[in-house]
Amino acid sequence: MSETVYEIRDLRLSFKDLAHKPIFGPAPEIEVLKGLSFDIAKGDVVGVVGGSGSGKSTLGRAMIRLLEPSAGSIRFQGRDITHLDEESLRPLRRKFQMIFQDPMSSLNPRRTVFAIIAAPLRLHGFDQISNRVETALDMVGLPRDFKLRYPHELSGGQRQRIGIARAIATEPEFILADEIVSGLDVSSQAHVLNLLEQLVRDLGLTLAFISHDLSVIRRLCQHTIVLYQGEIVETQQTAELFANPTHSYTRELIDAIPLPNLDQPWV
Amino acid sequence: MSFLTINNLSAHIGKRKILRDVSLSVQAGEVCGLVGESGAGKSMIGKAVLGTLPRAIIATGGEIILDGENLQDLTPTQRRQVIGAKTALIPQDPLTALNPSRRVGAQITNRLVDILGWSKSAAQHRALDLLGEVQINDPERVMLCYPHELSGGMRQRLLIAAAFAAEPRLIIADEPTTALDVTVQKQILRLIKEMQNRYGTALLFVTHDLGVVAKVCQSLLVLYEGMVLERTTVQDFFTGPLHPYSRALLETTPKYTDPTGSLTPIPPQILDAVRAEIVAYDQAHAHV
Repeated sequence: MSETVYEIRDLRLSFKDLAHKPIFGPAPEIEVLKGLSFDIAKGDVVGVVGGSGSGKSTLGRAMIRLLEPSAGSIRFQGRDITHLDEESLRPLRRKFQMIFQDPMSSLNPRRTVFAIIAAPLRLHGFDQISNRVETALDMVGLPRDFKLRYPHELSGGQRQRIGIARAIATEPEFILADEIVSGLDVSSQAHVLNLLEQLVRDLGLTLAFISHDLSVIRRLCQHTIVLYQGEIVETQQTAELFANPTHSYTRELIDAIPLPNLDQPWV
Repeated sequence: MSFLTINNLSAHIGKRKILRDVSLSVQAGEVCGLVGESGAGKSMIGKAVLGTLPRAIIATGGEIILDGENLQDLTPTQRRQVIGAKTALIPQDPLTALNPSRRVGAQITNRLVDILGWSKSAAQHRALDLLGEVQINDPERVMLCYPHELSGGMRQRLLIAAAFAAEPRLIIADEPTTALDVTVQKQILRLIKEMQNRYGTALLFVTHDLGVVAKVCQSLLVLYEGMVLERTTVQDFFTGPLHPYSRALLETTPKYTDPTGSLTPIPPQILDAVRAEIVAYDQAHAHV
């Protein structure tokens, strides 16, 4: 279990601030990630939590190289992927997949569920595509005849399962889940979380779970990284984080969660 | 006497029923939560009160009594005047609710000027005071900003200020904090509570978050597919919810204090029972 999937050292990423670009001359840079370092071990479920604008989605996107870091290094299974070009990345993309926040906009409305799940399989040259799609549907607990449906025919929870099925179809080592339950009702949320837990257990997946909901993180993740304005303020075993938060921002985040009871003094 | 009373409100879109005999009453100074999953019709109740139901939705029955006036008895113009003077809305998404091409100051004052006939300078003063009350620093500068120049929390504060501007007696808050992160949510909820206490406003609070309900509401309605399953006080609800669906809803909400507790999705037999209740209701009301 001590095998490391991700080694991230002093990761920095900045964007050009076009809103403040002078008429002549270059736009100023905004540093979104300010030197992050952490490791993710194989089989670990890591929660990434922070307020809006803290850089949690940017971090996720840099990890699976949808964004190129401006400094620092990302090593995936020992290989430096920080500045790999798209062509060299492509074979690796099979191994790290992403599940998106909004299942409606991340599934092509004009393609059937089969075509959606089969797309990454075709891209990576898998054989027996039809079997693999059916297996993926089985794993996310949807009936096989769903493969003929279109996204609009499904409920929010079912759509998110299709997103998950697409991500696990290529048998990845690592999955990035970016706010995947924040758009769902609590009941569908419970379904999706239970499913993720089971998949992590059964497939030995490594998972990074980005969320602003600490109750969900507490439930799902072994480790948690707390981001605040592009910096890691705390990284901890999740249980420890809740029991003894060392940083005041973590404390603040935990205290701000409204619990469904009357005992907690709050507003 | 209650400020807002809704009696047996029903509505449908095509053949689908959206609201099934919804009744509720809100006192002045009371916060009433409308709780349910998506499609439960909780936003529709708010829209019905404000008279902003989408055109395809037809209200088939029931009455809405606002401050002693039955809205159905009024002409559309009178109705708009009554609703405009006495109620306000805090919408869910502050970015779509604000006009991106106008400065925010004008968007707070225009209701005072255009609908309530205030003078421009009086409205301007009132807006500045309110921005102070919702804890916006440097209100003069913020009044001249465009929505995109402000953060989500700031925008939501502005809309709260705009809602309270004309001292409405009833505010409908439609998931006002769903788009915000938890620390900002806490500030905003605290602010809404404070303002609501100060002005004695009645508040209809639409939300799917039972945690939020526990913190801000005094009474609540649990809805499923437009039917009221439970109408109770927050005290009774959290000390022992009566309806099995409510209990299931509470159990399926993740709580960080109970990490090992299993996250039980709402059991199918409970959903079946609720749907059976709805079918029975529909059959009993088939002649309507």
